[in-house]
Amino acid sequence: MIQFLVHEKDDNVGVATVDIKTGEVAQGLYMDSQESIEMKTLQDIPLGHKIALTDIAADTSIIKYGADIGRVVAEIKAGEHVHTHNLKTRRW
Amino acid sequence: MNNPKVTAYRRENGRVGIRNHVIILPLDDLSNSASEKVAFNIKGCKALPHAYGRLQFGEDLQLFFRTLIGTGANPNVAAVVVIGIEPEWTNIIVDGIAETGKPVSGFSIERHGEIKTVEMASWKAKEYVHWASELKREECDLGEIWVSTKCGESDTTSGLASNPTVGNAFDKLVAMGATCSFGETSEITGGEMIVKERAATPEAAKQFMTLFDRYAEMIDRNKTDDLSGSQPTKGNIAGGLTTIEEKAMGNIQKIGRKCKYVGALDKAVAPTGPGLWYMDSSSAAAEAVTLWAAAGFVAHFFPTGQGNIIGNPIEPVIKLTANPRTASDMSEHIDYDCSAILRGEMTLEESGDNLMEMLIRTCNGRLTAQEVLGHEEYVLTKLYESA
Repeated sequence: MIQFLVHEKDDNVGVATVDIKTGEVAQGLYMDSQESIEMKTLQDIPLGHKIALTDIAADTSIIKYGADIGRVVAEIKAGEHVHTHNLKTRRW
Repeated sequence: MNNPKVTAYRRENGRVGIRNHVIILPLDDLSNSASEKVAFNIKGCKALPHAYGRLQFGEDLQLFFRTLIGTGANPNVAAVVVIGIEPEWTNIIVDGIAETGKPVSGFSIERHGEIKTVEMASWKAKEYVHWASELKREECDLGEIWVSTKCGESDTTSGLASNPTVGNAFDKLVAMGATCSFGETSEITGGEMIVKERAATPEAAKQFMTLFDRYAEMIDRNKTDDLSGSQPTKGNIAGGLTTIEEKAMGNIQKIGRKCKYVGALDKAVAPTGPGLWYMDSSSAAAEAVTLWAAAGFVAHFFPTGQGNIIGNPIEPVIKLTANPRTASDMSEHIDYDCSAILRGEMTLEESGDNLMEMLIRTCNGRLTAQEVLGHEEYVLTKLYESA
């Protein structure tokens, strides 16, 4: 069963399509290439929320839809929840 | 999908419509009653009551005239009866619609009274309905169909699947020479630079930024809550959206991966050539679709997450959702369920093809959920108070 989707190959986050629990090996799918991907989750990822696909350093970007959607404000490990605690807009 | 054919109505000015409405168009709020009485008397026509048309002035009046004339000029409309309280503004609407070459007549209530006006207008409406009922659909290219899009009651499934489905279809439509449009200026706030970059030319980017800055100044002038600072909303954040860039990117998935807009239009202004066009519009669904109908668009793609039920009296609204719960518990409002994408059981490419197929069926005469349910929200955009 698919548990998260990734828009594009260059994205460093996926989006949960079901609630995913800590420690699960979640099954994902790239929407552009239809390739499969597995991620071991380090935190709960609620439906609709983002999961990090790689380790991501502070002051770099989260890429979703192949686009920069904001600045990483705290280091993120692969499998962690990406949201307002570690990602901020570059706008304000 | 190369150049599919649809059977539709080719109008006097060459534009292609997919419906054959005879409308009774009130100039003003006072004439709604007479218009609805005519529509009751004469089967096969419909009245489009609305709230305005008195003592408007300046830009607001220009937008009002443009919207009413555009509604009557829309190729989904075969013929128009205009009813107003007085002849002067009534004739402005009649003359504007007449430029398309379609049958249009105006009646004014002053010096006749409502009962006599209803009688005269009913005779004319009867003549138009007989005439329109014998018009025949003919083979046209799908690329001749003008398609607009906006989303509503969006949730995570919109950015994941239903908006990109529209985007996939838009890429295909624009490639075959169709005329398409998107807008929703308020939803773009914070992501305006992303939209600016999707312009085909520096001139188009400049036109967009002029309209965007005008909107931002309007918000600032009216001193509401700071809309820009409150984006994304608390509900968006609870649903998993983190930044305004992310929200804006989800929104503009509707314009596809490839196509770039060739120009940016003011409200209810018709495009001057094929391609993708930005149109300044509110994100309120009924107001926005009314503006696109007035700009000449004949079909609308409406992706929804939580289930917006909007319709329009002359521009059929095709609703799609990727939210399986909405597809199930609000199924009567949904024309196309693309939730299989979320289960990994359908690709975006397949989903775009399915939406194109639904567009073709709609062009050929399939009534949308909104049309069958009678959702006919005709809502004029008012820029400021009347004098």
